Amino acid sequence: MQTRKKYIFLTFLASWLLLFFFGGDQLRRFPFFSGRKVKARRNWPHWTDRSLLTSFADPRELQGNEDPSLPSPRERRAARLSVYKNSRCRMETCFDFSRCEKHGFKVFTYPRERDQPLSESYSKILASLERSRYYTSNPEEACLFILSIDTLDRDHLSGQYVRNVDEKIRGFPLWNGGRNHLIFNLYSGTWPNYTEDLGFDIGQAILAKASFYTDSFRPGFDISIPLFSKDHPQRGGERGWLYQRSIPPKKKYLLVFKGKRYLTGIGSGTRNALHHIHNGKDIISLTTCKHGKDWEKHKDTRCDKDNVDYEKFDYQELLHNSTFCIVPRGRRLGSFRFLEALQAACIPVLLSDGWELPFAEAIDWSKAAVVGSEKLLLQIPSTVRCIHPERVLAFQQQTQFLWDAYFSSVDKIVHTTLEIIKDRLLPHRSRSRFLWNTLPGGLLALPDFSTHPGDFPFYYLQQGSSPPGKFTAFIRAISPVGSLSQPILRLIQAVSGSQYCAQILVLWSCEKPPPPSGKWPQTTVPLTIIQGSRKLSDRFFPYAAIGTDAVLSLDEHTSLSTSEVDFAFGVWRSFPERIVGFPTQSHFWDPEQRRWGYTSEWTNELSIVLTAAAFYHRYYHSLFTEYLPVGLRELVDGLAACEDILMNVLVAAVTKLPPIKVTQRKQHKENVPQQLRLDPVLFKDQVSILRKKYPRLEKP
Amino acid sequence: MCASAKYNTRGPALIPRMKTKHRVYYITLFSIVLLGLIATGMFQFWPHSIESSSDWTVEKRSVHDVPVVKLPADSPIPERGDLSCRMHTCFDVYRCGFNPKNKIKVYIYSLKKYVDEFGTSVSNTISREYNELLTAISDSEFYTDDVNRACLFVPSIDVLNQNTLRIKETAQALAQLPRWDRGTNHLLFNMLPGGPPDYNTALDVPRDRALLAGGGFSTWTYRQGYDVSIPVYSPLSGEVDLPERGPGPRRYFILSSQMALHPEYRSELEALQAENGESVLILDKCTNLSDGVPAVRKRCHKNQVFDYPQVLQESTFCVVLRGARLGQAVLSDVLQAGCVPVIIADSYILPFSEVLDWKRASVVIPEEKMPEMYSILQSVPQRQIEEMQRQARWFWEAYFQSMKAIALATLQIINDRIYPYAAISYEEWNDPPAVKWSSVSNPLFLPLIPPQSQGFTAIVLTYDRVESLFRVITEVSKVPSLSKLLVVWNNQNKNPPEDSLWPKIRVPLKVVRTAENKLSNRFFPYDEIETEAVLAIDDDIIMLTSDELQFGYEVWREFPDRLVGYPGRLHLWDHEMNKWKYESEWTNEVSMVLTGAAFYHKYFNYLYTYKMPGDIKNWVDAHMNCEDIAMNFLVANVTGKSVIKVTPRKKFKCPECTAIDGLSLDQTHMVERSECINKFASVFGTMPLKVVEHRADPVLYKDDFPEKLKSFPNIGSL
Repeated sequence: MQTRKKYIFLTFLASWLLLFFFGGDQLRRFPFFSGRKVKARRNWPHWTDRSLLTSFADPRELQGNEDPSLPSPRERRAARLSVYKNSRCRMETCFDFSRCEKHGFKVFTYPRERDQPLSESYSKILASLERSRYYTSNPEEACLFILSIDTLDRDHLSGQYVRNVDEKIRGFPLWNGGRNHLIFNLYSGTWPNYTEDLGFDIGQAILAKASFYTDSFRPGFDISIPLFSKDHPQRGGERGWLYQRSIPPKKKYLLVFKGKRYLTGIGSGTRNALHHIHNGKDIISLTTCKHGKDWEKHKDTRCDKDNVDYEKFDYQELLHNSTFCIVPRGRRLGSFRFLEALQAACIPVLLSDGWELPFAEAIDWSKAAVVGSEKLLLQIPSTVRCIHPERVLAFQQQTQFLWDAYFSSVDKIVHTTLEIIKDRLLPHRSRSRFLWNTLPGGLLALPDFSTHPGDFPFYYLQQGSSPPGKFTAFIRAISPVGSLSQPILRLIQAVSGSQYCAQILVLWSCEKPPPPSGKWPQTTVPLTIIQGSRKLSDRFFPYAAIGTDAVLSLDEHTSLSTSEVDFAFGVWRSFPERIVGFPTQSHFWDPEQRRWGYTSEWTNELSIVLTAAAFYHRYYHSLFTEYLPVGLRELVDGLAACEDILMNVLVAAVTKLPPIKVTQRKQHKENVPQQLRLDPVLFKDQVSILRKKYPRLEKP
Repeated sequence: MCASAKYNTRGPALIPRMKTKHRVYYITLFSIVLLGLIATGMFQFWPHSIESSSDWTVEKRSVHDVPVVKLPADSPIPERGDLSCRMHTCFDVYRCGFNPKNKIKVYIYSLKKYVDEFGTSVSNTISREYNELLTAISDSEFYTDDVNRACLFVPSIDVLNQNTLRIKETAQALAQLPRWDRGTNHLLFNMLPGGPPDYNTALDVPRDRALLAGGGFSTWTYRQGYDVSIPVYSPLSGEVDLPERGPGPRRYFILSSQMALHPEYRSELEALQAENGESVLILDKCTNLSDGVPAVRKRCHKNQVFDYPQVLQESTFCVVLRGARLGQAVLSDVLQAGCVPVIIADSYILPFSEVLDWKRASVVIPEEKMPEMYSILQSVPQRQIEEMQRQARWFWEAYFQSMKAIALATLQIINDRIYPYAAISYEEWNDPPAVKWSSVSNPLFLPLIPPQSQGFTAIVLTYDRVESLFRVITEVSKVPSLSKLLVVWNNQNKNPPEDSLWPKIRVPLKVVRTAENKLSNRFFPYDEIETEAVLAIDDDIIMLTSDELQFGYEVWREFPDRLVGYPGRLHLWDHEMNKWKYESEWTNEVSMVLTGAAFYHKYFNYLYTYKMPGDIKNWVDAHMNCEDIAMNFLVANVTGKSVIKVTPRKKFKCPECTAIDGLSLDQTHMVERSECINKFASVFGTMPLKVVEHRADPVLYKDDFPEKLKSFPNIGSL
């Protein structure tokens, strides 16, 4: 035993010496000793003379490479116009910007011809365009033209196929080779190849098409739209199906598909392989061979069994109960399935190689969908299993945001298309990708107001900033007397006493001219009088004089104290995207009359904060004036005292959140109901009055 | 499979079972050998040993010693680039495979010198920049030296500048690469494409299906989703050190620094200057410089001489006009100076436009609109200008400043296409570090008011106070919206009472037994929690009324991403001690709520258990205190929002209540809690808690109104 130990010891010693002797270089050659680190990776060499290498370009070449013999920029632009036409169109070569300069972005739809049948979807598109705030009925003013010929279905086997489009178009005096025209299309090509062919020459018109193939897509010019069914609602639209964010964000199934299996023809490559990933447990992939008239001719051995399994599951049930949904290509690249999955918060797993995704110019799909590759179908199960739960949760929420912001109605799809084109006209006044992909979305972030996220009420948190600490008091005076009443004087005193008040604006909406400046009270903050046009919607006009983000909207009869204002402003800074105010009202569903009712009685719930005394962000003035349809504003002008309800509806529609009521000393006798009110922390508590910051709010 | 899978398997034990005596010997011997190995290893990396180690590697050579390859005149030429190539048509994705790291493997061909039949060289062997680029790739995690495992191939043939190339021969050199295979999965880097007279916007070298990372693509040559648009590197980036300047107004409003502009552009710019005077500065090259001054580092306006690129820092906006080529090196200088680039180059694909949001860092003006430039720029709000200045500098730092930055961004973009589900997000690409640091992306960002019918799950953490526990259960079960009750039995030495002894309540009651008595057990995302809302409640909180709890739940529904609790607490900065202090006085402000009874989203249980930063979770378990403060920190940090304190309630029956009553000041408790705040603030690296002055009360709280008509009449005790 002893000898053995000695031997072992000696051997180790010897080997240790040997190792030392040979040194590290030799060691590294022994694969036995080499860990991953030690193993010599054959890296790019460090050349001895690397410091002597010359630069790839002479500095002069980099900084002034203009060749004086070159054509002038103007000539170059002119030359481009003649080369880059039709299939190589870009905005700068095929779009006449000058048409949009004088009257701005105006959209004209051709008058509908009586003998021309219109599909349901196309009538909806035209209706959306005509209701858009960009609509004009005067072709002279128009910047963008839309045909009244139904071009949605260009499959010539279809019943809705319109013949002789080419001839008709050429007859239009406004056509002008398609310049400044926008053409909508949902289906192109036909059996068996389903090409991108529309059956007529679109020339220089912008094509807004579903199932766009990247090859024929003219980047920055065409627009890919989603495929939607003829039952897609005109406006409003159903909300998404995500009602709760379960943790972990898993549903009954992980991944589902239920659809046709093409045995032959285009798209069969993927559809024919989908059944391979079915495991009967958390991955359900069901296919049927039953489609077309002669499916039995091509029928294979799987068909009968598959057809039986297929009937066992309900498509809607799968959609509702799965975390991921496979959205493979059909004969064409896009499918109804895409929007269905999006609405159902079933994260789309796209298997549609070469599909230019809908509105990809604006929407960052990597936040809401898994873009898979048809070639890697069999990797999909392991891929989706590896997606972290946080990411799944974010995906689910993003599907709902995108669905609601851009897809839930024909109006939204059409308006998104228009806004994308409008953004191209003035690149410096367009929305960044951030605005498009963050709540509440591009349609509600008007670049005419600002392109800077910090100017909107929605992005403080994402920007790492907080709402600024000053507000503008905006008082509307409508009393017919030409002199200043007591309440308004008191109100001005109370408001100007607030340390957060930056300025006071008085909107003078009376017949008589406002009193001379000497009659107004002396205040520490500037006081400005704005002469109104005596319309009710005036109070929500985006006056340039409003210099702060926060607006405190007041009526002249409102009675408020300085501490109430201070406290409410503090609350607003915690909820800058909402209306924060004092007097509230409520809406309710009146089942007897089958209509909405309105109540100002004291209730336990509230949904409307009156703008007679409320804080909100000044951006809502811009939205109110520019975003709302003109008709709504006119309606409000015609009625007495409804403009604040409209404002509440608007803010609730934008934020999907109820307003906030703060406590108020004196009692006065939207649209998400709310049951709470925010009070100061020590409100009406039985503690010393000296401890309280806002004791005045409690005095009766 | 997934990256996390590796934790599931453990290797077999290394040391076989032996007699203890022998084991000691063996271990000593092994450690001696190990020491030896370490010693040799250190010897290896000692500076003096570098020379000796180089003789067996091929590293230390001159670029002039590389093997020469002769290209026969009739050797094949690749086809011209195919404009319809996309990832799914021209790229062989099977080469990249499914790998847990989601990283592509990039192989670099070894350097060769190519000569034609007559021995004349085809191009410069390699430029400094291309060498830097390849070195960067080779040092990155993308690199592999195994050609068989590679997914992407980068030729060492330098095509950065087309002017230095012989086009046909370079193409032949590409075609004879061993794995060329019609250019599949090959990536070429080019910054100066085209040549006189037409200056194509993409490299003219025929290249089959190879991907092109090119500077100066136009919309007609750029294959979206296949090619990568890269910047034209400016060697000044490495030479000149321009310290970042704070955002704000600069001396000039618009500056043009490019030399040799087309006369037509120059006259348009001069017209702008004539119109707007001093605030516009148009520079040109200097004509009367004394010898020895590098002309590229000077610019002149009339007789005034300016240092370039320093002068760029003097202007708010800097014009980047297209030249013969679309891509301009000046863009890099402008960004480095923190000047907002005004890009006037129709149809130019901006560098890395696939991932970078250039609208946040630049103003793009159509060439036709050049005369309106001044008024267009005037309309940009000041706040946005400042942000653009920061953003411009950040883009330069992250993606322009070195060939390494350019190379890695390019590879990352391609990597993101191949592994889209592991792609880097918009925010990671675009937000400067300061914004990344201060911004929050709320994980529950969708405004969603959970349906009332869902109800909430109450979790009671208990040790052995059975009697009090039963009272809590009975009380809580009276709340209408309670949907399930979960008792976390934290006592391992004692079994929970028998089923028959538990109070009979109308909702399911489950008991979870834990393996260890830890505070963090209360914040575990148990599968039994099926609702979004969780009510964490201690086993001695019997004073809350059913109205209070129900109201708390209703408030939570409106603020599902916040902590909604009853007694509020505050953190304060102690100016004397220079640290944070915990405050339980009844103040006018709150920044925390106690979790002795609080509603919150189940997601935060998941975060608390798995994503708590640093060692906070273990620290809390070890100290048996402050789990509620940790939860307050966590929620505020991830959402950026304040807590919601509901109802006037000020205290639970808890150690510190006595402190408030002023009977006996429990100093140690307060000191401990203050320490927690300081500890957490240092781990989070910031103070995430938000102070507010409001609490939530029922709409008609303490209003002069009949009590029986109120929804929540029974609220009000302190």
